[in-house]
Amino acid sequence: MSKVYVAGVGLTKVDEHWRESLEYLMAEASLKALDDAGISRVDSIYVGSMLSQVLQEQSHLGALLAEELGLSGIPAMGVEAASASGAAAVYAGAREIEASRANAVLVVGVDKMSDGMSEEVTSAMMIGERQEYTGFIGATFYSINALLYSLYMNRYSVGQEKIALFPVLCHEHAVNAPHAQYPFKIKLDTVLSSPYVAEPLRRFETTAIADGAAALVLVNEETARKLDSLKTELVIESATDYLTPLQREDPLWFPSVSLSTSKALSRSGIEKKDIKTIEIFDATSIMAVLSLESLGFAERGEGWRLLERGELTLSGSIPCNTFGGLKARGHPAGATGIYQIAELHLQLTHRAGKNQLDSIKAGLAQSLGGIASTAFTSILKEV
Amino acid sequence: MFRIKVPRYWRHKDFRYRLNAWKCNHCGEVHFFKPLVCRRCRLREFNKVMLPETGKLIAYTIVRSPPCGFEEQTPYIIGFIELEDGTRILSQITDCYPEELKLGMKVEVTFRRVREDDPDKIIAYGYKFRPAI
Amino acid sequence: MSDALIVNSYNVAGMLMFRDYMVKMNSVIILGYGGYVPRYRVRAEEIARVWGEEQTGLPVEEKAVASLDEDTITMAVEAARIALKRAGIPPSRIGAVHVGTESKPYAVKPCGTIVAEAIGATPKVTAADFEFACKAGTEALQFISSLVEAGRIDYGLAIGSDTAQGRPRDALEYTAASGAAAFIIGRDKDKGVAEIEAWTSYVTDTPDFWRREYERYPRHTARFTGDPAYFHHIVNSVKALLDDEGYNFNDIDYVIFHQPNVRFPFVAAKLLGVDIEKVKPGMVAGTIGNTYAACSLLGLVKVLDQAKPGQRILLASFGSGAGSDSYIIRVLDGVELKRELAPTLEKFIERKTYIDYITYAKNRRKIIM
Ligand SMILES: [Zn+2]
Repeated sequence: MSKVYVAGVGLTKVDEHWRESLEYLMAEASLKALDDAGISRVDSIYVGSMLSQVLQEQSHLGALLAEELGLSGIPAMGVEAASASGAAAVYAGAREIEASRANAVLVVGVDKMSDGMSEEVTSAMMIGERQEYTGFIGATFYSINALLYSLYMNRYSVGQEKIALFPVLCHEHAVNAPHAQYPFKIKLDTVLSSPYVAEPLRRFETTAIADGAAALVLVNEETARKLDSLKTELVIESATDYLTPLQREDPLWFPSVSLSTSKALSRSGIEKKDIKTIEIFDATSIMAVLSLESLGFAERGEGWRLLERGELTLSGSIPCNTFGGLKARGHPAGATGIYQIAELHLQLTHRAGKNQLDSIKAGLAQSLGGIASTAFTSILKEV
Repeated sequence: MFRIKVPRYWRHKDFRYRLNAWKCNHCGEVHFFKPLVCRRCRLREFNKVMLPETGKLIAYTIVRSPPCGFEEQTPYIIGFIELEDGTRILSQITDCYPEELKLGMKVEVTFRRVREDDPDKIIAYGYKFRPAI
Repeated sequence: MSDALIVNSYNVAGMLMFRDYMVKMNSVIILGYGGYVPRYRVRAEEIARVWGEEQTGLPVEEKAVASLDEDTITMAVEAARIALKRAGIPPSRIGAVHVGTESKPYAVKPCGTIVAEAIGATPKVTAADFEFACKAGTEALQFISSLVEAGRIDYGLAIGSDTAQGRPRDALEYTAASGAAAFIIGRDKDKGVAEIEAWTSYVTDTPDFWRREYERYPRHTARFTGDPAYFHHIVNSVKALLDDEGYNFNDIDYVIFHQPNVRFPFVAAKLLGVDIEKVKPGMVAGTIGNTYAACSLLGLVKVLDQAKPGQRILLASFGSGAGSDSYIIRVLDGVELKRELAPTLEKFIERKTYIDYITYAKNRRKIIM
């Protein structure tokens, strides 16, 4: 099996891009990644988007992007796994290289939420849930998160002020991230006094409407050598679970996360203690805490202690979301999975600017479709 | 874009109107929508059952930022309920003010307009739960 | 021809007509009954406050207001499910579902089909909606009773349900309320709550209240709704029933009249020479308002919640347009056991939360959005 290397990354700033279209954003990220890799052609393209079919009523993003890039002719297609669609594109591209069917693949994630009205975006964010059941009764993505939040606080007797520290951490890290949507600090008080989206979940514990596109050029070893970019090796694994977390045996445990993580660790041949930075999927503060536990960085019911002890800061034992995560870098749904891996790549190639971590050899990115109905775990390690 | 599609609403009316569900003959897993294979044990035999009408509230939240079609009802309560037989179900809680909500409170099923604010003017009816009378 | 003569010949003709179609009934038994009133109430005083009206002499104390997610159909289902609990029959054996209402959620598409589906009576069932202002519920009951009596169906479900709307500031705004009552009718006397011994109708073309298509609120003729409409029809309907069946008021323990306000039923009682103590137990309008098609039937529910076996009930509805259906109903032994199987009407009446006028306006969609 061929190994997969990241040869280039391209990120647009996460923002409300009123003047740019979905296709413009994904072409912009793609060109940046191709230029970063130093190539002009790839063997295939995979595009991940969660919302374009409903918000822009646009599918067929593969051929569309190929056309925008002047690459019509090559195989190109969309890949979808709800909010993990970007990671799913990476998975598809990586598998193609591993199967020795391609030398270089462009994988892109994109979503443009500002084209929807607020209610439309709320509806759109539910398309990864079981619509006939939870969508029909008016449950929202955040309301399901809120139920998990309340179950968590009750089971483990933890106060909200412990969990609401996560967005504070993210904003702290976003300050020096040029592509972040919200590069400013916030206080715990700001989080705890922001309005409820769905009790107990508050506005500042969730993400906002965001537009963005991110791209990676994935290559095999031979191409990486040719491009002089044999720098980071990528291993990506995935697992699935029921669409509605509340119907699972334990709604507060993400087996898909632990399963995909143990698979990724074993295939990459490294141990968890070698992972020195993580990008976790903090679509809400409670999802961040549950993720930390399911990833195995904390015991059940203890994820929040990592925050309290400062272990997730840039100088902590396991710096987390070093560019602000979903909360502060921004969460343009289908693009997020690629932002996460790109950010690991920037850290491992010493291009993280003021937030550069010292001497890290490996990092992990966790991307979720829905509330861990699909989980991807990507491990990037220095070559 | 986000509107009630009549055939979709209609085909699941047994569940939506009367909490008719399918229970796996082997492992007892309850499926709300007609399954071919049990998601838990993978066997393929089911009994149609009527879920209990009462249960207790084990978590709740209030939707303040609604999806399309629910604007007029906002804010509304979403509850996570454990029915008498142990089946867990998500439902709106109606006839209840947020300050009346209590974990463990007894709730019972009722029949309400679930969604109606639709361009096609179709009314989607279905179950909601309310504090037991 | 003098006026007196016209009236006389009219009456004579009327009586003859009744004799012709009066039915001696076979066993028609109420097996289960259920009343439903929504949680919310608005006080008549609150409505008067908004419109700057006198706060005394209001037609009712307060009225029941449906929640935003309720309508005629959902309330019909609530009442029907209660009736089913008392009847103890499988819903699939119900052969007819008739809903009487003047507030159909759909102008075209029956309430009956949705109610039948929701209680599990489909598909071997006939379903229909009836409209006759406030008497549509008792009219549904006539047809269900007839289908059972004729042996066409084993069990039937008759419902009166309304989310009545009064035009803001109109006199009717104080009373137009929401509620539903349901009755399961069959033939098994042993399991019965009560037996319908007789019924009749008295109908003329009297335009006292109407609503044209596409109109949001009904219109009415104010004081004309009293003497020539409500009183004339109720008095004649009751007289005809008593005369034809050979009953007199000594045989009757409870008298229920349609209740557009708390005064009219007592005036009707006076006109007919009925002891008002017999009227009081069935009065519901004071605390829930006029629930239109459900109104007199909710009075019946309230009486069944307290009556003793062997007692006799006289019920007379009134529907604008106009007509009155009257019934004689005898309470059976089963009432005491069945009453306990589901919440009484009083439970729903007591389950109340007051809302202000603006919340009421929102609930009843009087605010244009
Ligand atoms: Zn099974």
